[in-house]
Amino acid sequence: MGAAIEVRSLKAFYSGSEALHDVSMDMGANQVTALIGPSGCGKSTFVRTLNRMHETIPGASVTGSVVIGGVDIYADGTPAVEVRRRVGMVFQKPNPFPTMSIYDNVAAGLKLNGFRNRHKLDEIVEKSLRGSALWEEVKDALKKKSGASLSGGQQQRLCIARALAVEPEVLLMDEPCSALDPISTGKIEELIDELKQRFTIVIVTHNMQQAARVAGYTGFFLLGKLIEFDKTEKVFTNPSDKRTEDYITGRFG
Amino acid sequence: MASNAIHTTTLTPISWTRKLANHFLTFFATASSIAVVIPLFAIFVYLVIKGIGSINLAFLTQIPKPVGESGGGMANAIVGSAIILAIASLIGIPLGIGAGIYLAEYGYNKLGNAVRFTADVLNGIPSMVVGIAIYGLIVVVQKHFSALAGGVALGVMMIPMVSRTTEEMLLLVPRMIREAAWGLGVTQWKTALSITLRTASAGVITGVMLAFARAAGETAPLLFTAFGNQFWNFNINQPTAALPLQIFAYAISPFDEWHRLAWAGALILILLIVAAVTAVRIVTSRGVMKGGA
Repeated sequence: MGAAIEVRSLKAFYSGSEALHDVSMDMGANQVTALIGPSGCGKSTFVRTLNRMHETIPGASVTGSVVIGGVDIYADGTPAVEVRRRVGMVFQKPNPFPTMSIYDNVAAGLKLNGFRNRHKLDEIVEKSLRGSALWEEVKDALKKKSGASLSGGQQQRLCIARALAVEPEVLLMDEPCSALDPISTGKIEELIDELKQRFTIVIVTHNMQQAARVAGYTGFFLLGKLIEFDKTEKVFTNPSDKRTEDYITGRFG
Repeated sequence: MASNAIHTTTLTPISWTRKLANHFLTFFATASSIAVVIPLFAIFVYLVIKGIGSINLAFLTQIPKPVGESGGGMANAIVGSAIILAIASLIGIPLGIGAGIYLAEYGYNKLGNAVRFTADVLNGIPSMVVGIAIYGLIVVVQKHFSALAGGVALGVMMIPMVSRTTEEMLLLVPRMIREAAWGLGVTQWKTALSITLRTASAGVITGVMLAFARAAGETAPLLFTAFGNQFWNFNINQPTAALPLQIFAYAISPFDEWHRLAWAGALILILLIVAAVTAVRIVTSRGVMKGGA
């Protein structure tokens, strides 16, 4: 099941300079939330604060609070590693582990965290690959082919399967289709629609039409601020902020 | 559609000086790369010519004969080198790789810079100096020469070579591969060992083997540590023969037969290094997928 996300007064910094200014928003469980905005508006930074990936960059820091499924992920004593197990992430460029087979890529999260039950692993790998709609294409070469030998679109679905295998509650997607062709993009969008049954999904996208196609809610970021956050239909047809309207009608960006 | 006419433009022809420069540089680069291969090839051919005649079963199974008697071999030196290199590898490889991981994954601080600087200085120290230092630290204290002291001397030499190449190879692994692992809730040290090091393994192994090969051929650090031995010795606390030492001793001797044995020893040394490097490559390439990326 997905978990709800509550963000309060979140600020993110890179070496002291503030990149996100006081963001507060609530994302419901099993909702798909799209984050849109021009390059450099902070949407990627924001999504990387939700699994504490932001702080891995030297000099980066965060203030404010993020509560996911009732757990304050920035509270003292909450280990970042534990947070990232519960909040999966799919990156902009497909990044399978290049020296591992397809099977090992999917099993990596479990194996590296000490999971050893072979039989159970087989099951989870199949379930995850079916979940990311890749199973039929790779089932005959699971252990023979390297993850890096797949096409770009297949690699991205492999990365989704890898994230699903650790059974997170939230799935973050940072422009998952920006390096993909339209057919692969279509497959991943269909997938997002299915995955929301099981996960809460936050997807950063450069593509406003994509946000309109997949997301129930949409947030518009500009210059590190959350300008507007509402039902997708409302944001695209009747935005309450002039800047949102200017962006979605193509006046800037 | 209005007009489908194709517009053509004439490009300015390339001047003859540019063509000449192009040809010259291509020739220069090709010639240089051939020049790099020639010395290695020449040395190897020369060694084969000079050494192959003296290699026989006795050479590989017997210990040196006393002066005046013909025959004998370097079996004790081959075994001695293996023992010393095993000790050196046990010290140099884990410490070198460990330090390399620290430098690449955690080392952007004062300690890291200090380690990097020290490693570079250690890399530049003449190997003789390392031998003398280990002489003072181990041989003088124990009051006898030993394979252990020789192994430590070579191991110390391997550490900076292994750590710097490990660091460089790990830094070539893109950040997004690490982030993929962190994003699955894998700890930083586990990511460094199981993901980053594994992704960089081919380069790290090359670095390790280069350091190993260099250590295998070193003579100077062994002069005051392993010392050499004309007899069998399997005790790491006793003076021990080593191929480079034996080659050195025979090469500066006044006897023609010993000169021939020295050539044979040099050939065997090179063949054993090539065999070790090839074996390690074959064994370590198993289970590692070669990706398209």
